[in-house]
Amino acid sequence: MPDALAVRNLQKRYGAVHALRGVDLTVGEGELVGLLGPNGAGKSTLVKIAAGLVRATSGEARVAGARAGSRPARAALGYLAELFRFPGWYTADELLLLHQRLAGSTGGAAERARLLELVALTDARNRRVDAMSKGMAQRLGIAQALVGEPKLLLLDEPTSALDPVGRRTVRLLLEELRGRGVSVLLNSHLLSEIELVCDRVVILLGGDVVTAGAPHELARPRGVELETDAGVQTIAGATREDAPRLVAEAVAAGRRVYGVRVLTSTLEEVYLEAVGGETD
Amino acid sequence: MRPISAVWVIAGYGFREAVRRKMFAVVLILTLLFLLLYWLANHFVFSQLSGITPPADVNVDTRTFAGAFLTGLAMFATLFLGVVLAVFLTLGVVGGDAERGLLQPLVVRPVGRTTLLLARFLGAAGVVVAYVLLVYFATVVITGLTGHWWPDRVAWPGIELAGAAVEVVALSLLGSVVLASTANGIAVFMLFGAGLVAGLLGTIGHALNSHSVKTASTIASYALPFEGLYQDALRMITENASGLTGFLLQLGPFGGAYVHGWGIRVWSAGYLVVVLAVAAAIFNRKSL
Repeated sequence: MPDALAVRNLQKRYGAVHALRGVDLTVGEGELVGLLGPNGAGKSTLVKIAAGLVRATSGEARVAGARAGSRPARAALGYLAELFRFPGWYTADELLLLHQRLAGSTGGAAERARLLELVALTDARNRRVDAMSKGMAQRLGIAQALVGEPKLLLLDEPTSALDPVGRRTVRLLLEELRGRGVSVLLNSHLLSEIELVCDRVVILLGGDVVTAGAPHELARPRGVELETDAGVQTIAGATREDAPRLVAEAVAAGRRVYGVRVLTSTLEEVYLEAVGGETD
Repeated sequence: MRPISAVWVIAGYGFREAVRRKMFAVVLILTLLFLLLYWLANHFVFSQLSGITPPADVNVDTRTFAGAFLTGLAMFATLFLGVVLAVFLTLGVVGGDAERGLLQPLVVRPVGRTTLLLARFLGAAGVVVAYVLLVYFATVVITGLTGHWWPDRVAWPGIELAGAAVEVVALSLLGSVVLASTANGIAVFMLFGAGLVAGLLGTIGHALNSHSVKTASTIASYALPFEGLYQDALRMITENASGLTGFLLQLGPFGGAYVHGWGIRVWSAGYLVVVLAVAAAIFNRKSL
């Protein structure tokens, strides 16, 4: 079974600007990979090459084993652009019907109803796009990307216009999709979101992959926090394995232990370390 | 999805987009206004025709002259309105829609960019052809019923006029692949204007028998074949006019073509195919 997305030594140059400098990346079946990096790091370029919207200068990108941009590759993916718009006169149902026809989906009305329910837009089935809030349109965009049951979902900032409830809806949706074996490449600036849902994180900087791995692998130990009747004490340098010993020592010293917490760096700290504090 | 089915789906998408634009309603209102004014012009011209008496030694068929002049004027207006429609339906199909984020969700579908572009062409061309034929035949009927004058050939001029508008659809589509919407609209209208000027120059060149002006006009007719088709359509409405009447009509401004017949029709068809092929080739390589 080929990877949902396999990128090898991918390079993209816009004139003198190197948007990608030999990126390697894979998204396995049912895997949810988060793409992070400051603006201009090459994230959107990478997603657009995978979607067949931009041609790579060199290297290779394959979607479900097919060359990115080819008909089989496009048939295997769903895509939501960072900046997208749908014709305002379409209702939610009509828009999904259009995309079903273009994707060759045979799901019919049942698929449309299921997708609208998935993004909590069942009540807006007959509402026109131009009468929708930005968040509703964004959720409709996700439903549109899911038409035809794609193997790979490419989401470019899918929660940028959503309120906390909408973001939670999307997060739960992503977890459900992972459960169904759909692979997702999620490009987002929301680190907390990536940390919560992604199996792996890839951090790009200046067109290069600077860090990659599971969030818990990337996190560094920062010590152990012990809460006793003498107050909260942080033992720097201690690890998870040290926790039982530290509790035993405190009890032996006559302290009443109320809690113990292993401290690790957050994804935000990992990210800032990887990009060197670089911002836009 | 089979490409043929995809073509209809996207052509239907383009058609719905076209008829929902305010511009479409504006063109329809302007067209109705134009047809009303055109009927009034015919009514007054032909009702006063009996009062126009050319000098005894000048043998001019005033009914043919008036009918052909008015029909020529209507054909110019029809082509102009058809071009306005063609440009506004296609000026942002690629560049404009990509900037607004409307194009990307369609392009990533398995239909293919060439199919997408061809479908948008067919959608716009269908609307423009229907519009031009409707207005052209309406003006012919108005002149025929009001002034009892009918063109020497009725169907072919309409078909050529519609063909001229389709050439503009293709040029505007090509422009939309390489230019932003506003720049494309300006460029296509400038080409249209250049074509009309070249046609008028050709008429002047033939009246003055200037070889260089005639050559320049001929080159322009082939470079911008919508002009050649329009001129040929004008030629055919008075194809059988002869003598002084025919000579005066040839002097224009709605005179006959000097590049005409199957040569320009075949050339126009080939030109259309090449323009669309170039547009598709560029679109297939374009980053979105």
